[in-house]
Amino acid sequence: MASSIRVRATANGDTTEVQALIQHPMDTGFVKDAKGELIPAHYIQQLKFECNGKDVFVADWGTAVSKDPYVKFSFKGAKKGDDLKVSWTDNKGASDTITAKIS
Amino acid sequence: MNRSLAVTMFLALLLALGLAPAARAANEADYKTAYSAAEAAAKEAASLRHQWTVTVSTLAAAKKAADGGDFDRAVAAAREAEALAKASIFQAISEKEAWKAMEIR
Amino acid sequence: MKAARTSILLGSLSAALVALALTSPRVVAADKVDPVADAKAFQNFFFQKFPTVKHEDFVNGPYSMNEDMKRQWQEKEEFPPYEFALDAGKEMFVTPFKNGKTYADCFPNGGIGIRQNYPYFDEKEGKVVTLELALNRCREANGEAPYSYVKDEMASLTAYMAFTSRGKPMDIKIPDDPRALAAFENGKRYFYTRRGQMNFSCASCHVQSPGERIRAEILAPALGILNAMPIYRSEWSGMGTTSRRFVTCNSQTRAVPLEPQADEYRDVEYFLSYVANGLPISGPGARP
Repeated sequence: MASSIRVRATANGDTTEVQALIQHPMDTGFVKDAKGELIPAHYIQQLKFECNGKDVFVADWGTAVSKDPYVKFSFKGAKKGDDLKVSWTDNKGASDTITAKIS
Repeated sequence: MNRSLAVTMFLALLLALGLAPAARAANEADYKTAYSAAEAAAKEAASLRHQWTVTVSTLAAAKKAADGGDFDRAVAAAREAEALAKASIFQAISEKEAWKAMEIR
Repeated sequence: MKAARTSILLGSLSAALVALALTSPRVVAADKVDPVADAKAFQNFFFQKFPTVKHEDFVNGPYSMNEDMKRQWQEKEEFPPYEFALDAGKEMFVTPFKNGKTYADCFPNGGIGIRQNYPYFDEKEGKVVTLELALNRCREANGEAPYSYVKDEMASLTAYMAFTSRGKPMDIKIPDDPRALAAFENGKRYFYTRRGQMNFSCASCHVQSPGERIRAEILAPALGILNAMPIYRSEWSGMGTTSRRFVTCNSQTRAVPLEPQADEYRDVEYFLSYVANGLPISGPGARP
């Protein structure tokens, strides 16, 4: 199974721009399925980006974030070739992680 | 074509004026008559592949009301469904030629 | 309650009267089927209606009509929402069936770069065969259960096949066969025929009003609309196939949709694809 995380990080001068797309249902727990039964809440609780052992972006999420979330931000202090580690954990205890090279 | 239009207008008028439900309360026999007429019209619309979603849902509402013993409502819904089905049949027949007026040439 | 119902009824009645009014004045003279002339007239209509839109840009639907949406879309395309479906489709495409064969065995050129040739007219069957239909027939011929025509696996597979064909001009052939001409004509009839309580045809939105708003959305032009299929729609928060688009369009006009891959849908896909001949494949697409 392919990773649930797509990430692209590009350094431009001293700023690194990061874009990430995560495949996740992000069920709120308020939606019913075709049979009329509630789909239990299933959402990412924490999303974390680490670079050179330091957290550069940590998000504590709830159910208000859309399905297959997309995140874009930039930070300073990294250079081309550094590793950027992305990880998430959800309310059911599932998680995924990926490490990308900054280009 | 003109006849079905006339029928549609007549039914619409009946409903608009609130004449459809007669003075006495409707009974199961009234419902059965109204429902089978509506069902026949809906079948014809379906065979022309011009069924409307509202016809289907109004027919279902008629059946539900009848199952609950509310024949006034059931008869009214069945007549409405019949009018909708007749209108969709009219649409199907007139569109057999009318679509050509829309064509880009 | 009664007032509301009455107004709906009167609404459909007046729609019917409008339809009647349209019938009478215009008597159509030539009923000869001439797909070449039809395609030319169809393309010219859009080229003249939107003189500033580049011809190959029509396949990008509403984005070709609205600058603001176009900028948002271009940014989105750097990280397109159909990417997961595309990867899944590629994996499915190369994974062998239980009998060891793959989809590649069912298609010319191993299924790569052929999207622009679908749908085609199968002279043996005497009917139009769409890509979705061909995929499910391929599965069944190899002892696998067919997929749902509207989403998920089918959308992933067609997304991958469209992706390998991006930029190739749509190239639909109409063989010299009266049944093929009849299918084209039937597709055209379906496209222009008003249906549903709203009394809308496909053309009511996608010929008369492309670039206009329908509620919060911008309507796509009919020209090249299938070149972008399948699509990720934010509204669906998922992928949808050509079949799904036809079915939902029908129900939005309050017409009971036909079953996916009904003859009419196959024919209208044939018509719409043929009149878009020469315009590039841009699928899989992303739409709001």
